[in-house]
Amino acid sequence: MTTDKAHKILKRKKLSQSIAFSIFALITAVVVLILLGILYFIFVRGFPALSWKFLTTMPTDGMTDGGIYPAIIGTFCLIGGSMLFAFPIGVLSGIYLNEYLLDGKLKNFINMMTNNLAGVPSIVFGLFGMALFVNKLKFGDSILAGSLTLGLLALPVIIRTTEEALKSVDDAFRIASYALGASKLQTIRKVVLPIAFPNILTGLILSIGRVSGETAPILFTVAAYFLPKLPHSIYDQVMALPYHLYVICTSGTNIEASRKMAYGTALVLILIVLISNILAGIIRNYYHKKNKI
Amino acid sequence: MAKLSANKVNLYYGDHHALKDVSLAMDHNTITAFIGPSGCGKSTFLRLFNRMNDLIPHVKIEGEIIVDGEDIYSKQVSVDLLRKNIGMVFQKPNPFPKSIFENVAYGLRVNGISDKNFIIERVETSLKQASLWEEVKDKLKKSAFELSGGQQQRLCIARALAIEPSVVLMDEPTSALDPLATHKIEELVFNLKEDYTIVIVTHNMQQAARVSDKTAFFYLGELIEYDDTNNIFTKPKEITTQNYITGRFG
Repeated sequence: MTTDKAHKILKRKKLSQSIAFSIFALITAVVVLILLGILYFIFVRGFPALSWKFLTTMPTDGMTDGGIYPAIIGTFCLIGGSMLFAFPIGVLSGIYLNEYLLDGKLKNFINMMTNNLAGVPSIVFGLFGMALFVNKLKFGDSILAGSLTLGLLALPVIIRTTEEALKSVDDAFRIASYALGASKLQTIRKVVLPIAFPNILTGLILSIGRVSGETAPILFTVAAYFLPKLPHSIYDQVMALPYHLYVICTSGTNIEASRKMAYGTALVLILIVLISNILAGIIRNYYHKKNKI
Repeated sequence: MAKLSANKVNLYYGDHHALKDVSLAMDHNTITAFIGPSGCGKSTFLRLFNRMNDLIPHVKIEGEIIVDGEDIYSKQVSVDLLRKNIGMVFQKPNPFPKSIFENVAYGLRVNGISDKNFIIERVETSLKQASLWEEVKDKLKKSAFELSGGQQQRLCIARALAIEPSVVLMDEPTSALDPLATHKIEELVFNLKEDYTIVIVTHNMQQAARVSDKTAFFYLGELIEYDDTNNIFTKPKEITTQNYITGRFG
């Protein structure tokens, strides 16, 4: 091959390389811009509404003034309740699937089902929750029914992340533990879980983000249109941020007047999700540094 | 009576016949080296003695593996107890992501020992046996990952010794280490002979010649020759052995 030809080929390679990278960069930039755009849009409109009073008082004047205190508390109740239910069950199932169940038809079947469950639209979870928890089990519209419904929604995500977290634990650690006479349970409890824990926790926090923003599953199971008091038991209804946002945007007493409140609510919701994601990152980094893996 | 012995052992990974009719016996307080090219079955054979092959699916084992006169594949044998008695050190240093202290204490804890003073004492003794004590005695609470590769491997040896096994199996324990660290481990292995039966798989023929009393040469799943290390390296009976140790293949 002449040097001239080689030179040409090199030039062409460089050109196609830079075109490809420019396209990738451009697309990434578009995505980031859209995201920043949404955040900016909500932030600029929501920030003026944000105040201590907004966060800590009941809504007043037909939800055109006052705060969103009961909705914040309600959302936290639902997050807590759903995680209390979904986290242990999800983690234990994940452990069973990854550590105990051998590869085969049963495992494939269960994996397929969890994947499908993760893809089921949230409104379907809402309907199911209403049929089972509200009506059949007679929990009524309550924190209990709403938490269980949201927990079901979060379950496949938690199972999946637990499985992935366990899968990423190097087999050398398991083998070292067995070689010292440890049983399987001891190995899982003392070696595998501590290593996988930060990643499992990340899964939990990410699903908190998801659960806190869901509207459809709480629509028929717990959410109150307007309830300016705090819940006393798990059988009480509550307001919740996403549903409150929906209500004041579509069926409030004076939608125009509630606009500011709506953006404020949206901002609080976004902040909860954002903070939980950042928290997930911090926890993961902390443990990775600590474990130095 | 031999400490460890194998009687006509055949092992299959699915359809692959990995060990063919292997029989050999090893005495207490000796170091036996298994040598042979990659894939010859030496590591597989080593893992039979603490039943590590049980963890691999589709493995079929025929024949007898006898430790202290007992067939370890019989139904009455508890695998956990067997592994407590037969320690193992692996190719790549694999300390747990725990402190240096907890790494050594782990084997004691999982074997039901909770006496704090006893654990502290065992950890110290084991680290001394693994000639690591002087280097780590002031940082026992530090993560094991802060140690160098060679130190980590000695930590793994201490971890194996802590539960007082009578046999230590070593699967190419120095192949991931530099010459200096290798030298330290070899010295250590040599000293351990006093109290243990040691079996060491190695790719490094000088290593086998330096540390072992007996050497077994494996080729294509068969035990070709098993004799005093001196004889194997100076006057091997089999032509394959001679070709291998003179570096004609490998």
